[in-house]
This record gives sequence, C-alpha cells and structure tokens, in this order.
Amino acid sequence: MRDSYSIRRIKDRLMLILVWSSLILALIPLFSILLEVFFNGVRAISLEFFILPTPTVGETGGIANAIQGTLVTLGLASLMGVPIGLMTGVFLSEYGGSKLSYLVRFINDVLTGLPSIVIGIFGYTLIVASIGFSVVAASFALAIIMIPIVARTTEEALKLVPASIREAALALGIQRWKTTVFIVLSGAKKGIVTGVLLALARIAGESAPILVTMGYWRWWFSGFNKPVSNLALNIYLFAISPFENWRVLAWGSALFLMVLMLGINILIRVLTREKY
Amino acid sequence: MALKKYYFHKILNGEFKGDDMFKLVSNFFALSILLITGLMVYELVKGSWLSIQRFGPWFIVGTVWDPVFTQTFSTLPLILGTLTTSLIALAIGVPISIGVGLLLSEYAPKRFAWLVSFLVELLAAIPSVIYGLWGIFILIPFLRHNAYPFIQSALGFLPLFSGPIYGGGVLTAGIVLAIMIIPIVSSVSRDVFTAVPRSQREAVISLGATKWETCKIVMSYARSGIIGAIILGLGRAIGETMAVTMVIGNKFKILPSSLFDAWYTMAAIIANEFTEATYDLYVSALIEVGLVLLMVSLIVNILARLLIWRMMKFVRGVVQE
Repeated sequence: MRDSYSIRRIKDRLMLILVWSSLILALIPLFSILLEVFFNGVRAISLEFFILPTPTVGETGGIANAIQGTLVTLGLASLMGVPIGLMTGVFLSEYGGSKLSYLVRFINDVLTGLPSIVIGIFGYTLIVASIGFSVVAASFALAIIMIPIVARTTEEALKLVPASIREAALALGIQRWKTTVFIVLSGAKKGIVTGVLLALARIAGESAPILVTMGYWRWWFSGFNKPVSNLALNIYLFAISPFENWRVLAWGSALFLMVLMLGINILIRVLTREKY
Repeated sequence: MALKKYYFHKILNGEFKGDDMFKLVSNFFALSILLITGLMVYELVKGSWLSIQRFGPWFIVGTVWDPVFTQTFSTLPLILGTLTTSLIALAIGVPISIGVGLLLSEYAPKRFAWLVSFLVELLAAIPSVIYGLWGIFILIPFLRHNAYPFIQSALGFLPLFSGPIYGGGVLTAGIVLAIMIIPIVSSVSRDVFTAVPRSQREAVISLGATKWETCKIVMSYARSGIIGAIILGLGRAIGETMAVTMVIGNKFKILPSSLFDAWYTMAAIIANEFTEATYDLYVSALIEVGLVLLMVSLIVNILARLLIWRMMKFVRGVVQE
C-alpha cells in the first residue's frame, strides 16, 4: 500500500458519503413522483370521477369507461398469457436440464427485455391487419409481455418446493403428472399468484403497445373487435392535450394507477415475506 | 426423432399414460415461446417488406424522413437519437445505481436494505407514462427555469450546452431514462455483488483493507456481472417509448444544435406517428423502424444475459470447489 493510513481513511469516508448520496439521488425522483401524483391527482377525485365516462371539452367526466376497458383488456390478456406462462414455468422447473430447457429459459429472459412497442407492432401486423384496431389485438400484445414474467416466477416458485415432498408423493404411487399438478403446483400457489400479480401490474401500466394495437377510444366497451378505453394510454393523450379538464383527469388517472401499483406491490411483498 | 419413435411405440402398446401426455403438453407450451419469438421476427419482416424493397440498406444510413412530399424514409438520425439519449442515461444512472448496489450488499444493515430495495423497486413499478406526465409538468419546468440556465452559465462555452433552452430535449430525455434504469441496474448489481464469495472479502479484510478497498475488490471480482447489468439498463433505455416521446420534443433532424435541443428516437417516432400514418409505405417504414429496434435490443439483451450468466456460473463453480 503506497498511501498512508490517514489518506486511505479519508478515501474510505469519502466513498461512504458518495454511496449514501447515490441512494438519496435515486430516491429524490421517487418521492417527487409519488408526492406530485398524489397532490395533483387528489384534485380530480370525486364521485363523478369514478362513475362518468371520458368527457368532451369543458364537461365534467371521469374514468369509468377507462377502468372498464382496462379490466376487459387485462382479463383477456391473462386468459392468453397465464396458461402459457404457467405451463412454461412447469416445463422449466420439472423437465429442466435438457438442452431445450436452456434455450427456452434464455429466450424467455430475452423476451422480458424486448421493448413493449415492438411487441405492440407484432400485435398490429398479426391481428390489427386482419380484424382492425381492437381489444383482442391489444390483449394479445399484453399477453406476450406477461408470458415471460409468469414463466420465470412460476419456475422459481416450483423450485422452492422441496424435493422430499415430490418424492413422498411418488413413493405413495401417485403418478408424476398428478404430483406436479395437485401437490407441487398447489404448494407453490403463493409464488405463482405473486408472478401473475407482478405481470398484471406491469401490463396495467403499458401504454405503448396499446397505442399501436388499439388506439384511442372515448366510449364504453362495445365488442371484442372494437377498441376499449385504457387508463395508461389516456394519461398520455390527456397530458399532451391542451384542455384543462383533460389534464386534471390525467393526474387523476395517474393517481388511480399508482394506488393500484402500490397496492399490488405491497401485496406481493406480504405474500413473499410470509414464506421465509 | 428418437423421442417421436418412443411415443409412437408407447401409443401402439397402449402404454401412453397421463405422464407422457403431461410432458408433451408442457413441452408444447414451452416450445410456443420459441414459436412466438420466431413469429415476431417473421411478422415484422413481412410488415416492413414494402419499405425494405424500396429503400434497401439506405434505410439505415440515410438522413431523410419525409412522409409528406417525397415519401422517403431513412433512420440514421433516429438511431443516433436513441443511442445518444441512452448513453446520457447510462452516464448519469450507472454511477448512482452501482452506489445503491454497493450500499445494499456491503454497507446497509439487512433490515434497512430490505426497505431500500423495496423503494427502489417501486421506481421500477411506476408506469412509463407516469414518468412522462411527471416529466412534462414537473421536471421540464424545473429544468427550464432552474437547472439548465445554471448549467449554461457554467458550461455555455461548450457547443453541447449552448443554444436556446426549451425545457424538453435530448438531455431531459436522458435524465428521465437515467431515473428509469436505476432500478434494474442497481438490483442486478446488488445480486452480482452478493454473489461474490465471502472468502474474497475476508481475505482482503484480514490484510487490513478499509471498507472501500473491500468494495473495490468486490467490484473487480463482479466486473462482468456489472457490465451485464449496465447493458441490461442500456436495453431498457433503448426500448423506452412513452416517457421519451413526452419529453424529447419529437423533431426529426440530423443532429440537434445542443443537448437542450429537441430530437427523436426510434421508439418515439413509432409512438408519435403510427396512428397518423396514412399510406402503406409510411406504415411499412414505421414497422421497419420497429424491426431495427428489435434487432438492436435483441443483440443488447443477448449480450447482457450471456455476461450475467457467465459471471453467475463462474461464481457457482468457485463456491462448489
């Protein structure tokens, strides 16, 4: 060591300060966003906000149709995404170790990192091109975003189930697939629910794929081959609009989405914490 | 082939049971992920075929985007815009993230680390469009009136920081992206730091190293993992759409006059112009922008995953020995 001990100690203290200030720098935007969304959003909250559809300029209105539309989209996306993600997770955990499983896991990881707008364009060329801008196309795109998240968390949840439980079931003469479905899967229920919640939280906030597969819709749900209103996309369109009542709605919708996200995240924390 | 024969044999002998069925089904679903990925590439190539035929490789290197008069499309400025904003994001976000990662794995007490990682993960849970909303109404006014005039008075002699200040622009997009990549980079770097074997730390501590010197050893051991985390953050920044569209100003130009000027990125142009594209070639060109984006992020993501995997495998190998 060339430096004397006092210089080394000063360096050490300096880095301690830097490391802690990096945490503060990272948390400033978080608290700014949380506080601004809360205080600006609260101004929009009223009874009308929850029961009226999107207003025209100057009218009072709310986000009821957007809540309905978002629920429909999330429901459809889960119908497509959860089974595929779940079964892929089962495959990776129960039949892992083959060359194929390494490839699947790798592609799965890569899929997680793909830009959501590209997945939206995929939905556009595959579905919108034939049946038009619709809730089906949007849910398809969102399902593809869900799959890798559900698959990964399912795999990890199943791996946490001890081998002794599997062996005990097999020793009783239960078939392997029944062991997997009724014993391993039900033992990992909490982890799987966590994964699905995580995926839902992620796609509830997606707006880029919605924009290219469904576009903007001011009305209520009116069929699966039509678009529906969407909370996240509304925030974008309201924010860049020049109308004051829409801007207030943008903050209100943002608050609604944030509360939803916070709720889901805290739920996940509680679910995963109990396990240890 | 052998597998198929095996199942065929089993069916013939009436031995095809629930187990085989279940294995087949789960194989089928796992394969569907590969199929979907392949189909995605195929569909994007098909959708952009019109534009590929018309412009060829010039699409990547040309600097004209004129949907109105000449109907010519090329993307070099968009690619540069994407790279510039992402690199600014890395320059700001990576030191902060590595600091947070070190704090979580080396400095903070366990309970406190749990709280911090929860807060940082909340940053990741905030939807991109809310970052954009916050960017438009909170960050941009702050930067325009407070931060940017200050930066300009200090560094205005550099061409990078001269010129008019609008609030939105390249640097603003970079700052928003930096905030957005902090969660992923810091959580992956925390993971690779915690994966460094204890013996490494104990060895340097026993030689009388200070805490920071221990951290340096940890970081040098986890080098490839950190690089993987950074590239993962880069991939996130490259694909980010809505937040960038809302703060970058959305102007197609070859180069912006300064970091305060408006520009465009690949993702932003798709979000901004896709619903306005009125003729087939225009839509096809935008899909080709998506294809370029897909290729760039595929390369970046594969690189990042390979680096992180190698690091983790290496560590696991050491631990097993």
